[in-house]
Amino acid sequence: MIARVLAALAAGALFGLGLAAAQMTQPSKVLGFLDFAGAWDPSLLFVLGGAVTVTLVSFRFILRRKAPLFDEHFHLSTKTAIDPQLLIGSALFGIGWGISGYCPSPAIAALAAPNSETWIFLPAMLVGAGLQRWLASWRKKA
Amino acid sequence: MQVSNFTPYSALIGGLLIGSAASVLLWLTGRIAGVSGVVSRLLPWSASEGAWRLAFLFGLVAGAAAYYAFWGGAPLARATFPGWLLALGGLLVGFGTSLAGGCTSGHGVCGLGRLSLRSLVATLVFLGIGIVTVFVVRHLAGIQ
Repeated sequence: MIARVLAALAAGALFGLGLAAAQMTQPSKVLGFLDFAGAWDPSLLFVLGGAVTVTLVSFRFILRRKAPLFDEHFHLSTKTAIDPQLLIGSALFGIGWGISGYCPSPAIAALAAPNSETWIFLPAMLVGAGLQRWLASWRKKA
Repeated sequence: MQVSNFTPYSALIGGLLIGSAASVLLWLTGRIAGVSGVVSRLLPWSASEGAWRLAFLFGLVAGAAAYYAFWGGAPLARATFPGWLLALGGLLVGFGTSLAGGCTSGHGVCGLGRLSLRSLVATLVFLGIGIVTVFVVRHLAGIQ
């Protein structure tokens, strides 16, 4: 348990360092990448490309093991369906991302040096996620 | 097309660090570094999963704080960007990632690493819709 918590702390710190180094916490940097009609900034392609190159290689080796180092088994999603929830959810996320320039990781990392945008975006994001979960549980009951 | 503000080295270094972070988490704890899920599943509190999630998020903030402390570059708020639009963006990001079961980190960095078709579709959809949205907001509505 302690080992797991320390490992998560270290992984989180690496993640936050990477986000800040890549300037992903700067919404204008993200929007510059999504803006093909303006002055295009390809940087985010290198961020995602660099990250996925690492996981493509490392995950193959890691998932060949029977279990992770500090747990009895891997905790992986078994979902494979390309369903309306996936498509509609990703589309809504894309709209919010394109409007604001924040996805969830940079919105959290922004707490390292919060500005006025952090205190609007982050609570709204938490409310949005809570609303979705509440609607889903309410629909399940009905 | 005109290219500007391109920072290939810092982007690549940042990307390699993010990929390494996801690898460390999977290798040591067996968990996927999907930030939207880690955040939204904090409540209701889980005795077995809560502690590592909080530690991961704390590390995320601490890592960014360490970078700003050494190299600076903490982002400033945009002067003219409307607050209501920021709030709408936040609501949609929270709702959408919760419905889709992942965001740029979970579907993008980790899902693509696992060769998940579901994650590839999600990534293409939010990237594509993001590009269309930026065109509408920046160029049709003229909001920067």
